Amino acid sequence: MRVRDLVGEAVAGVLARPVRSALTTLGTVLGITTLVVTLGVAATAGNQIVGRFDELVATAITVEVPESTGTPLVTWDAVERLTRLRGVESAAAVAEPEEGESLPVRANDLVDPTRVTTRSLTVLAATTGLPEAARGRMVRGRFYDSGHVRRGDRVAVIGDEAARMLGITRLDRAPAVFVGKHAYTVIGVLGDLRRERSLSTAVIVPPTAGRRFGLRDVTRVLVNTGLGAADLIAGQAPTALSPGNGDMLQVITPPSPTRARDGAQDDVDALFLILGLVSLVVGAVGIANVTLVTVMERVPEIGLRRSLGAARRHIAAQFLLESTLIGLTGGVIGTALGVVAVVAISAVKQWTPLLDVRLAVAAPVAGALVGLLAGLHPALRASRMEPVDALR
Amino acid sequence: MPEPPVIELSRVCRRFPARPPVRALHEVSLRVDRGDHVAVMGPSGSGKSTLLNVLGLLDRPTSGRYLLDGVETTTLRDGARTRLRGDRIGFVFQSFHLLPHRSVVENVMLAEIYGGPARRGRRERALAALERVGVAHRAAFAPNLLSGGERQRVAIARALMGQPSLLLCDEPTGNLDSRSTGAVLDLFDGLREQGLTIVLITHEQEVGERARRRVRITDGVLVEE
Repeated sequence: MRVRDLVGEAVAGVLARPVRSALTTLGTVLGITTLVVTLGVAATAGNQIVGRFDELVATAITVEVPESTGTPLVTWDAVERLTRLRGVESAAAVAEPEEGESLPVRANDLVDPTRVTTRSLTVLAATTGLPEAARGRMVRGRFYDSGHVRRGDRVAVIGDEAARMLGITRLDRAPAVFVGKHAYTVIGVLGDLRRERSLSTAVIVPPTAGRRFGLRDVTRVLVNTGLGAADLIAGQAPTALSPGNGDMLQVITPPSPTRARDGAQDDVDALFLILGLVSLVVGAVGIANVTLVTVMERVPEIGLRRSLGAARRHIAAQFLLESTLIGLTGGVIGTALGVVAVVAISAVKQWTPLLDVRLAVAAPVAGALVGLLAGLHPALRASRMEPVDALR
Repeated sequence: MPEPPVIELSRVCRRFPARPPVRALHEVSLRVDRGDHVAVMGPSGSGKSTLLNVLGLLDRPTSGRYLLDGVETTTLRDGARTRLRGDRIGFVFQSFHLLPHRSVVENVMLAEIYGGPARRGRRERALAALERVGVAHRAAFAPNLLSGGERQRVAIARALMGQPSLLLCDEPTGNLDSRSTGAVLDLFDGLREQGLTIVLITHEQEVGERARRRVRITDGVLVEE
């Protein structure tokens, strides 16, 4: 028997009952669609998570400076050395009060019984690179510069939340805030922070001014690096900041991107994968059932074919090929639906759809395999039939 | 060397295991020469169908020898018997056995799918076979649009496709009215004149009378009339 004849007979057998064949493919279609959607969306979403990590977290390094008696571990000008390192995009040294400590801050000396004028806010000292290091921007006004620092000017920059609480809405009349007994001219409002969001409720003063509140030494250094430079800079930063005592500094680095990707892949919803596999099994059982019924219905045809000189293997091959074709059809339709679904979900979520080509090829093959396995039993039964019985 | 007979049965027995064993054929000897037209007559349950199955290589005799075209068949393996069946024997069934979802010409072409000649010219050969039985004008029809007589003639065309040595017919007119029966029997006469060997099983007296030679089978025993 020629392969072309075999294929022709199998195709004719499938097309002889088009509605039944179409319904039989449904189980496979559902199973393959679920699998493709699950794997496709998982890959797509995994890629998105990694992308976000890359943008924000993967480039952020924080160096914690432990308290020391005697000479400080990190001096205020050490940040200058750090920014000279290749790969560092911005850095700022910060002196923060001890855990949770805040100071009374008020915008004026008027006693207004209708509103609270004195707020309890965090006051901290920082070097001039803070807006960039905290990935924020000046909403109003400007940040202080090295001139202010050198002269010890009594200026302050406040976070946008702090500005709202203190009722400072404009800077053109040089408003002042009172921290304790001292007045500071507010020259800028810092907002849109994407790192260190707590700064939005803080009052930031130059290091020279911060000494008055006990903010003497650097407690933390914020560093932003170029993409991929985080690990390198994490190794170099302690030495640059504190050449003699680098090993006493604590460097907090982002999780490496590869690990983030693995984590995302692990999150592939196992439930949906199982659901897809169950649908496939149900689809296989459906194909097996329908093929068995078809074999029983076609007993006279089997007898006729045997009388025309068909060997048992020809009969088996035809029914196997028919069930495989049904499985393959289901696989192709399921893959197409799955790909469309992944693209649609990505469009709604504004993701970049990510689809493994191997998946698009393997899914129809899996469908055909399901059909092949499902057809084994019916095909064997058809081929074992005695022609005498089949023709009776 | 003289041409061997198409069928040579000698002392063929076929028993079915049961308690007591069913003796469907007992010591049957039959010789059918090329160009013969033999009718096997007998009531139902007499062993007609068993004889047809043995002749058509669909069943193996329990004992005895069966030579088809001079080839000893009782010792052949399954695959060889299947090939021999496809090559040498054309079957015509009472219920036609046409595939309902295929056109008339495709049904006839089916005869060459298992080990026939090359695909090239298959449709032409099928059309020629349909021409030979006089239903070429129905080639593109679905079988269920044809009358019973036409369907049986399509089945005969299919049996003729493989140039068989033997046309084996099982109650070919059992499902037909008397007019169609006459037409099919006329066709058999014509085919026999063309040199084809025909063995036909029937329980209808008038069908048997059209054959050149009649044998009667009763309780598994074959008697020449």
